[in-house]
Amino acid sequence: MIFQSVKMAWHAVIANKMRTFLTMLGIIIGVAALIVLVSIADGATTSVTDQISDMGSSYLTVSITDDKENPLRLKEMQEFEDLEEIEAAAPVSHTSVTAKSGYTSGSMSLVGTTGSYARIMDLKLSSGRFLKNADVENNSNVVVLTGDTAVELLGRRDVEGESISLDGRSFLVVGILDDEDTSSASGMMAGGDSSGTTVSLEGYIPYSTMTRIADNILDITQFYASAVQEDTLESAEAELTEKLLERFREDEDAFSVVDRSEIMEAMESVTDTMSLMLGGIAAISLLVGGIGIMNIMLVSVTERTREIGIRKAIGAGRGTIMLQFLIEALLVSMMGCIAGIGASWGILRIADRIMGESMSFTMSVEVMWIAVIFSGFIGVVFGLYPANKAAGKKPIEALRYSG
Amino acid sequence: MIELKDVCKTYYIGDEIVYALDHASMEISEGEFVSIVGPSGSGKSTMMNIIGCLDTADEGEYILDGISIEDYSERELAKIRNKKIGFIFQNFNLLPKLTAEENVELPLIYQKIPHSERKTRVKQALERVELSHRMRHCPTELSGGQQQRVAIARALVTEPSLFLADEPTGNLDSRTGEEIMTLFHELHETGNTIVLITHDNHVADEAERKIFIRDGRVSEVTV
Repeated sequence: MIFQSVKMAWHAVIANKMRTFLTMLGIIIGVAALIVLVSIADGATTSVTDQISDMGSSYLTVSITDDKENPLRLKEMQEFEDLEEIEAAAPVSHTSVTAKSGYTSGSMSLVGTTGSYARIMDLKLSSGRFLKNADVENNSNVVVLTGDTAVELLGRRDVEGESISLDGRSFLVVGILDDEDTSSASGMMAGGDSSGTTVSLEGYIPYSTMTRIADNILDITQFYASAVQEDTLESAEAELTEKLLERFREDEDAFSVVDRSEIMEAMESVTDTMSLMLGGIAAISLLVGGIGIMNIMLVSVTERTREIGIRKAIGAGRGTIMLQFLIEALLVSMMGCIAGIGASWGILRIADRIMGESMSFTMSVEVMWIAVIFSGFIGVVFGLYPANKAAGKKPIEALRYSG
Repeated sequence: MIELKDVCKTYYIGDEIVYALDHASMEISEGEFVSIVGPSGSGKSTMMNIIGCLDTADEGEYILDGISIEDYSERELAKIRNKKIGFIFQNFNLLPKLTAEENVELPLIYQKIPHSERKTRVKQALERVELSHRMRHCPTELSGGQQQRVAIARALVTEPSLFLADEPTGNLDSRTGEEIMTLFHELHETGNTIVLITHDNHVADEAERKIFIRDGRVSEVTV
């Protein structure tokens, strides 16, 4: 019976191709808009979150804003590292110096830290060693360079044991970082692509040395801490916060602990809202398409009054007629939906090609199903009234109708 | 097997009550070929609608095949029309977009009869009206006589208790009209009940019995 109804509906739908197409157009545009907009929003989200997670997300950033006349000392770092959930804690300070070597000179951004920094950031060395506690204790003039910086300053990578001058002081190069990791080296939102054309000079020196060469850096105002395991970051954050509260006399405003994954979560919720909004706008156009279906179905019911009369005279019941028109509306909306999915696939392919590698747009299967379900829903809802109108026609009057 | 007892059907025109059928009573037994004759406006169509279960009477009783057709829901009436009544209309009332075969098949689809059985029954029905060679043609590609024969095939495919023909020759020339009447006689001879509604005395004469209807009253019954 259903098969017969679908067959009948199919006949009716293809009997008026142009009209069917125009009716479908509303649904096609609605579905295509829904899928394309949500997929683009998803693509943008993925691209942004990828960039954030590239910078490494599994560590906590602690900023001290008010030291209560009792600033954090370097040796207190060990106390944080002794916490159960904390694997490593490293102070961080930034400054900019002029770097000179026999060949060239340039502005270099320096990070003052301790040996724990390499563990937190998961840095890899291509040669030499990273900073050691002894370097920090002795205020040694040693520096660890990124691979690119070594090439830029000294013309080659293998420069362990050479000396460079930073703001006039001579520093011994003790280690060279593996370049794969340098994008995270500068720590903050460099958006870093180390393979870019301009090489930014970067190096790491002991924190204690840093306090000597830079005038404005004395106490620890920022440090990074990593958790024992990535998935225990939250409990690590809780423990660290507790410890800091104790340290700063229960003043919550004296410091802030930021989990990078929290930033990501916030980012995601923003983009989720954006997809929802775009999807909502597209859904409205789908709704308009549904009204188009209802409109045409009403015309069709009137036009086919006689047909309805004949069908009723030879024994079609109310339900049968209703089903026939409902399936017709559903067929139009589902055909529109499939065409819309096809169209959005094409549009996304083109968008993907235009945007190149910076963003990738793939059709989200989830959104596709939402579109299918929503179109079906619209077909039924907007088909219901015309179908009911058709089914309610009295056979004698319908037979007498001359349209 | 068809029995009408004091059947009334009234309409309001303004405040005035108009009787389309005024206490009409008649009986038609199984296997009879009866014509109902009357001028236009006499209540013939109302009579046909009631006999054909397209409408229900306001008063009185209508018994078809021992079932009293009263207070039936629309859905049940549709079922009765489907199984017991074969309609043949003046203007054929075929679905223009369907082929002859599909038109004949339609009432069987509504009876939910399986595909293979439908096909054989449709074929037999079309053979009976000598149209099996044109079964894939649409009504617009057929002559008036052929269209009416398709309509007759559609009526007989369900093996109804009653053939109800409303001016079946009204839109046909006299020669094709005669062909159709011959077909009715053949149907009658094989034991079918036929009720022919017409205003044309000449056509009505073909039946075994004539029932006259005027101003809503069954005024005269000749045997």
